[in-house]
This record gives sequence, C-alpha cells and structure tokens, in this order.
Amino acid sequence: MSDSDQKITTDGKAKSSRRGFMFKIGAGLIGIGGLLIAAPVLGYIFAPAFTNWEKRRAWINLGDVKQFPVGETVLAVYKNPTFGPTAGETNELPCWVRRTSESAFQVFYINCAHLGCPVHWFAESKLFMCPCHGGVYYEDGSRASGPPPRGLYEYDWQVVSKKLYVYGGEIPNLQIPGKTPKDDITPLTVDGVGYLDGKAVKSS
Amino acid sequence: MIQTLKTAWNWIDDRTGVMALLGPPMKHHVPRSAKWWYVFGSCTLLFFTIQIVTGICLALVYAPSGDSAYNSLLYLDYVVPGGWMLRAIHAWSSNAMVFMMLVHMTQVFLHGAFKFPREMTWLFGVALMLTTLALAFTGQVMRWDSDAYWGVGIGASMMGRIPFIGGWLTHLILGGPIIGGDTLSRFFTLHVFVLPGAMLGLIGGHLMLVLRHGISEEPKKGGPGEFVDRETYRPAYEERMKKHGVPFFPDAAQRDMVFCGVMLIVLVVVAAWYGPIGPSPRPDPANILVNPRPDFPFLWIFAILALLTPTIEDYLIIVAAPILLMVLFLVPFLAGTGSRLPSARPIASLSVILLITGLLVLSWLGVTSPWSPHMSAWTSDAVPPVFVKGRTPIELQGAIVLQHSQCRNCHSLDGLGGKRGPELGDVATRLSRDQIIRQVQQGDGNMPAFGKNLSAAETDALAAFLHTCHPPGVLPADRPGARLKQLLEVDKARANN
Repeated sequence: MSDSDQKITTDGKAKSSRRGFMFKIGAGLIGIGGLLIAAPVLGYIFAPAFTNWEKRRAWINLGDVKQFPVGETVLAVYKNPTFGPTAGETNELPCWVRRTSESAFQVFYINCAHLGCPVHWFAESKLFMCPCHGGVYYEDGSRASGPPPRGLYEYDWQVVSKKLYVYGGEIPNLQIPGKTPKDDITPLTVDGVGYLDGKAVKSS
Repeated sequence: MIQTLKTAWNWIDDRTGVMALLGPPMKHHVPRSAKWWYVFGSCTLLFFTIQIVTGICLALVYAPSGDSAYNSLLYLDYVVPGGWMLRAIHAWSSNAMVFMMLVHMTQVFLHGAFKFPREMTWLFGVALMLTTLALAFTGQVMRWDSDAYWGVGIGASMMGRIPFIGGWLTHLILGGPIIGGDTLSRFFTLHVFVLPGAMLGLIGGHLMLVLRHGISEEPKKGGPGEFVDRETYRPAYEERMKKHGVPFFPDAAQRDMVFCGVMLIVLVVVAAWYGPIGPSPRPDPANILVNPRPDFPFLWIFAILALLTPTIEDYLIIVAAPILLMVLFLVPFLAGTGSRLPSARPIASLSVILLITGLLVLSWLGVTSPWSPHMSAWTSDAVPPVFVKGRTPIELQGAIVLQHSQCRNCHSLDGLGGKRGPELGDVATRLSRDQIIRQVQQGDGNMPAFGKNLSAAETDALAAFLHTCHPPGVLPADRPGARLKQLLEVDKARANN
C-alpha cells in the first residue's frame, strides 16, 4: 500500500471524526461557560426573593409613649430599616398607633388588607376607611365591612424605657402577614441589654 | 439635479442591495378587499414608534432613581423646554397604542383572520398585547408619584394572594421587602430595556408571519376566503393573490398612511390640549390623603376588584385570569377553520359585544368608583337646606351626628356625598325608625356597626333626623307593612265611595 493511498482512506474519516469531536468540545465549553455566566446573572435577578430579609429588619423607635394618649389612635412615621440608597421619601413609612391602656398598644400597618392602599383613621366614628375599594375596619383593626379578607395587619411592638418600639421593614400582604414568629425576631438592644416583649432577654 | 440624485440612489442600492431586501415585502400582494378595516395594526405600530422616540427623549432628563424621579418629572414639566409636550405625547400615545391594539385585535377576531394558517400570527399578537399592557403598567410606575407607589403596592398585595410562592414573588417584584428605590429601578429596567426589546422581537415575528401567510380577505357572504378549509385554503388564497391581488405598496399602504397621518394629528392635538398625565402627589407613603387610581388600561381591573364578592376574589386573581389568558392563546386552535363571517359565528360575535360592553362599563365605573368612600365628604358636603328646614331641635341634632360620624363619606343626601351606601334623602320611605336604629347600631351588608361608637342619645337623634328624610308627599315607612296598610285603606275608602 502506498503512502498516498493510506492518506486518502484514513484522512476522510479522521477529518469527520475530528470535526465531530471539536463540535462536541465546543458545545460542552459553551454549555459550561453559559452556566458560569447564567449563575451569577440569575442569582442577581432573583436575589431579592431568596434574601433573608429578617436579618435586615429591626426594632424602630417611635418615640416616647407620652406622645400616644391612652384611648387614641394617631399616625406615626418612621424610617424604614431595610431601605436602599435611592429610596428617597418612600423610606418614610407611616403606621397607626392605638394606645388601649397605660401599657398596651396596637400598632397597625397603613396598608389595607384587601389590596394595600393606605387606610385612614376617623376618630369620630372610630373607623379606618380605605379610599380604594371601600374597606372599613373597627378601631381594634378587625374587619368591619367591604372587600378585605381579614383585619388590619399589626406590628410587633414593645415598650422599653418608656419608648415605643415596633418591628418594621416589610410591606405586609396575605402571605407576609406583618407579625413575625417570636423565634425569628432579633431582640431589641438598648445599652447592651436585649429586650423582647419589653422584658430583658439574653442578647444573642 | 434629479439625475444626480437618481445616480446616487442607484449607486447606494447597487452596493447595499437595499431594494432587493425591502422590495419584495413592500410589493407583496394583498387582497383588493383589504381596505379601511386593515389600518389599525399599522397605526398601533406607529404609536409604538412614537413611544420609542419620545421615550428616548424623556430618558435624556428623567432620573430613574427613587429619590429624584419625581423631581425630574417636575423638572421636565416646568423647566426643560418641550419636556411638558414630550411627556404629554408619550402618555397619550401610550393610551392610543393600547386602544388601537384592542381595535386591531377586535377586527382580527371578528373577521376570523386568526384562522388557519395564521394561528402563529395570532399567538404573536396576544404576546404583543401582554407586552403592551406590561409596558403601560410599568410606564405608570415611572411617574413615581402616589398613584405609582400605591399601584405597585396593589400589585404586591395581589402577589400575596398566591399560595406558597406569594411572599417570594412579592420580594422579587419589589426588589426587596418594601417599595423603595430598588423597586423603581426594577420597573425602569423592565420598561426601557426588557419589554421594548421583547416588543421589537415580537413585532418582527408578527410582521414576518404577516408576509408569510398574507393578509386575509374581508369576509363577505359568498366572497373569496369566506370559508377556511385546511386542504384548499392556502393554494386558493395564493391563486387569488396572483390573479387579483394588489401590491401592498402603494395600493394598501396609502390607506394606512392616510389613517396614520390623521391619528398623528389627533394625537398631537389631544396631547397639547390635555397635557401630560400626572404626576399625582409625591410618592410619600406618609401622605395618606391620597386617592390612588390606575391609568385607563387598568381601570376595569380596579372596578372588578371592588365589585367582586370577597370570597371569589382569590380564585379570580389566581385561577380565572390565567385561564382566560390561556383561552385567548387557544382561540385559533379552538376555532381554526370554518366560516370567517361574523354573522355565521354567533358565539364569537356575542363574546366581542359582551367583552367590549363589559370593559366599557367597568372602565366607566372605575372612573366614577362609586364604591370608594369620599374621605372628606363629612366636612365638605353640607346637609342640603331642604333637609333641615322646619326640623325639631332633636332632628337637627341628628343631622349633626350624621355629619360628625362620617356617615356622609359613604351615604349621599340629595346626591351629595359618598355613593358606597344607599342615598339617605329618601331613607325614611324604606326603613322605619326602629329599622334605622337597628341598621345604625348593628350594621349590615356593607355597613359597619356603630353600636359601640354612638351613645343612645346620639343614635336616637340620628334616627329622628333620618326618619324625616323622605320626598314631600311620600309617606315614611312607620312599621314594616305600615305603608301597605295605609295604601289598602286608601283603596278601601275609594271602593266605598
């Protein structure tokens, strides 16, 4: 068999198999590279859904309890602890504070339980009314009438050193109903002492 | 001069091959019957082009940042030369684009143009509709005013109705646990990068399919293409186009041009007359004296959510909406062949009438929103004099209780006040005094109970006043059936005479 014959018979096969091999390598490399790129991109886009926002939530000082007369419901505004650098005025969140006795409070989210519009307190009729679809709540936040499926969402609160604190930093809806399981709440730290429900606890 | 231009053009055409590329699509044959019914698609495209141009212009000044977006809007409106007009054109062209798209879709549906072999064209069209609506919604958020803030809040609340993944979705859409700067940035990215990109791709596909399958004839009794049959339609259509078709440019395009020209002028006049939409008050959640309302394409949703029974609301949002969308996508597969005449398709024609009537009525209700309490009616809408004339002191005291207890926020007197509850100007003809007291104290239907909030004296006075509220000459209802008894007595007296 001459040299040239061998070349012709083997070369064609070798070429095609080499081409197939290259194609597979190429597809594999593109696949691996694509995954390497896709992981951070998708991670970046979906990060807000998987972030543990509980860590960023915090106890917020609403001020001296003297500001909230017993038997009245007043609007308080606080700075959201989970804000980003460009939040601007959307960072100033309102809530309704109702003082039922010397030591007891109810703090309501501003958002209607129907679709989240801001509810308005009417002291004369002792009702919260929503301007969007007409949801109405009684003074204790329970549903009075209209489309809301439940009463107003409430904040966790505690009084420490005569100051009212609420656990804020999240917009409530039916899946995120405002109150946090007690185990997940970071205790409020004042002068190095941790507090939950107004009582000193071991700071974790 | 003309000769030089011609030579220059010929050189450009020769070196680029532009006419070889654009010629066939421009000259493709369309049916002779494609006349004024066929201009709405081009017009929708025209409005989209205007959105691209004005959108790019607005982006020169607009600051997509939570802390400065609103101010940049004011800056556009009051300082930047032409900013006011460009915002107006962008807003009204958006409304026009949604409107024209719906007209185009209705025409396509009524004429059965989605049938074989144009199923994919319809699918691309439905995708375009969804993208257009998404652009309209994200565009409303760009204003970053109180409507935008609470509008996003409503979106987040809707997410919360979805079981299991609702909380996850809320945070994904808001870009965090709360509405803030990150939320605006997300919506901005969607509005100026993702959705317009998707739009361009979908429009490309839609037009490519229009060229591939041609434009369907206007369905006429006994006319060509009245009946769609999978075996025969395509060759027959191609044959007809070869024989009777006219080139798209200029034969059909001239109508598009006339219609688009008129619409352009109308758009500019409307924009100049009505000006930009919004901004409503600042996006300050602490300012709760707001009245959040969605833009026109979403008013009907706003109305549905107010009017539904609360118990079926979740199912509508989570189950019915996706099913309706699926049906829209499946239209060409459910009715892919058969007659294209609207008169031969009663279900199709009736659904169009039903849908359009429904959308119009719901949108109108969305504008008037009779279900919303008038938050300031109790202080701004006085009791009309006719209701206080000649009343006793206790009845007058009742009128004060009525105002002071915010009853007027939901109830009107002589048409003045909220419309959520029934008009009180004639309440005495419907309820006896005892029934009024019961209704006030215990509440019922959509009315909260006032038992704990009103003293016995206040309730008494209120009932005394309301019992005087009846048109002159109409007897008040004293006891259940009392009026009937009176009428029977009148009848008896007449019979005796």
